[in-house]
Amino acid sequence: MGTESLWSIFVNTVLANNFVLAMFLGLCPFLGVSGRIETAWPMGVATSFVMLVSSLCAFGLNALLSRFDLEFLRLISYILVIASTVQLVEMAIKKWTPPLYRALGIYLPLITTNCAVLGVALFQTAREYDFLQSVVFSLGGGLGFTLALLLMAGVRERLQFSEVPAIVQGTALSLLVAGILSLAFMGFAGLGGS
Amino acid sequence: MTERANPTTELFLEGIWRQNPVLVMTLGMCPTLAVTVSVVNALSMGLATAFVLTASCFLVSLLRKFVPAEVRIATYIVIIASFVTVVDYVIHALSVALYDALGAFIQLIVVNCIILGRAESHASKNPPWPAVVSAVGMSLGFTLGLVLLGGVRELLGAGSLFGVPLFGTAFQPWAIMLLPPGGFFVLGGWLLVFAAWRRDPRPAAAKGGAHGH
Repeated sequence: MGTESLWSIFVNTVLANNFVLAMFLGLCPFLGVSGRIETAWPMGVATSFVMLVSSLCAFGLNALLSRFDLEFLRLISYILVIASTVQLVEMAIKKWTPPLYRALGIYLPLITTNCAVLGVALFQTAREYDFLQSVVFSLGGGLGFTLALLLMAGVRERLQFSEVPAIVQGTALSLLVAGILSLAFMGFAGLGGS
Repeated sequence: MTERANPTTELFLEGIWRQNPVLVMTLGMCPTLAVTVSVVNALSMGLATAFVLTASCFLVSLLRKFVPAEVRIATYIVIIASFVTVVDYVIHALSVALYDALGAFIQLIVVNCIILGRAESHASKNPPWPAVVSAVGMSLGFTLGLVLLGGVRELLGAGSLFGVPLFGTAFQPWAIMLLPPGGFFVLGGWLLVFAAWRRDPRPAAAKGGAHGH
């Protein structure tokens, strides 16, 4: 797996193995913040940024920990790096765009427990990606996450104007929509080569 | 038996039924959907999460008077991550096949919202005994949800339960159920079933129309 071309990693993570729709990572914000496009967009960007930074840090940390045979500390150090990055992003957004900060609300600190972010760090370690591959992988992951979030938000904005039986309203409806989106994304399988 | 009046039983049952993390609160969805392609996977994931949840809630509850409020989330995460590392190594030692099947999702237990949620909302405010009771209830509820999901997906997608084929050779497996969309559909289906169960019969009649989509 360590010899994949950059292009194939990118296409595979954005489309064929989309983090949300094919690998089930980051479902909480996917179902939680995807109500409107205005909030889905900044959420995607913030998450992508955290993903990129934590992927870079994770790469360095992994090299350091492997060198001293401390692999059992990997998980703990990854999650600490992610938590601090999220804190940083939170402070930056709060300082520069207070309205956005209020719109994202609780979901901003919750990026810490977004499995997509930790997923990037863990998968790049498991697949033994080199530095450049890790960067491309995290960029693709972030883009794929944003894409899924935007698509879902678009569908849900439309759904508000359609008549849905009361019993399906809410999470069940979101899940069924997600299932159909996921079905559509399966059509991309094999696009990036293997 | 005065089960109704007993607060411990109430606390225990709350996680299994009224606040079931998978079927009612829809928390911790990522592992729920990703690993439930078979009952065995679902059960192991449920038990691994159960151990982490119970152990972390116990420790968080013991430490609740010593952890300053400002750094509590970071402390909880470190506690949870330590227990997950233990589980990760134990599963790797017990069964390499299972370890490969669950993949990175064992380590991703760290970011399961149920665990941090319970640690923050319950264990950090209660003494160890109620915290553990509640955590065990929640774990059972989570495992139950996973097994329900894994059962349906394995039955439809592979025609077997616990790896034992049930329908003979004539059965045409419904492969989509094992693929990602199947996870979304089956969980959506279970949520519909439970929503129908909880309501009065009238809206439940609309269910047939809902499945037509």
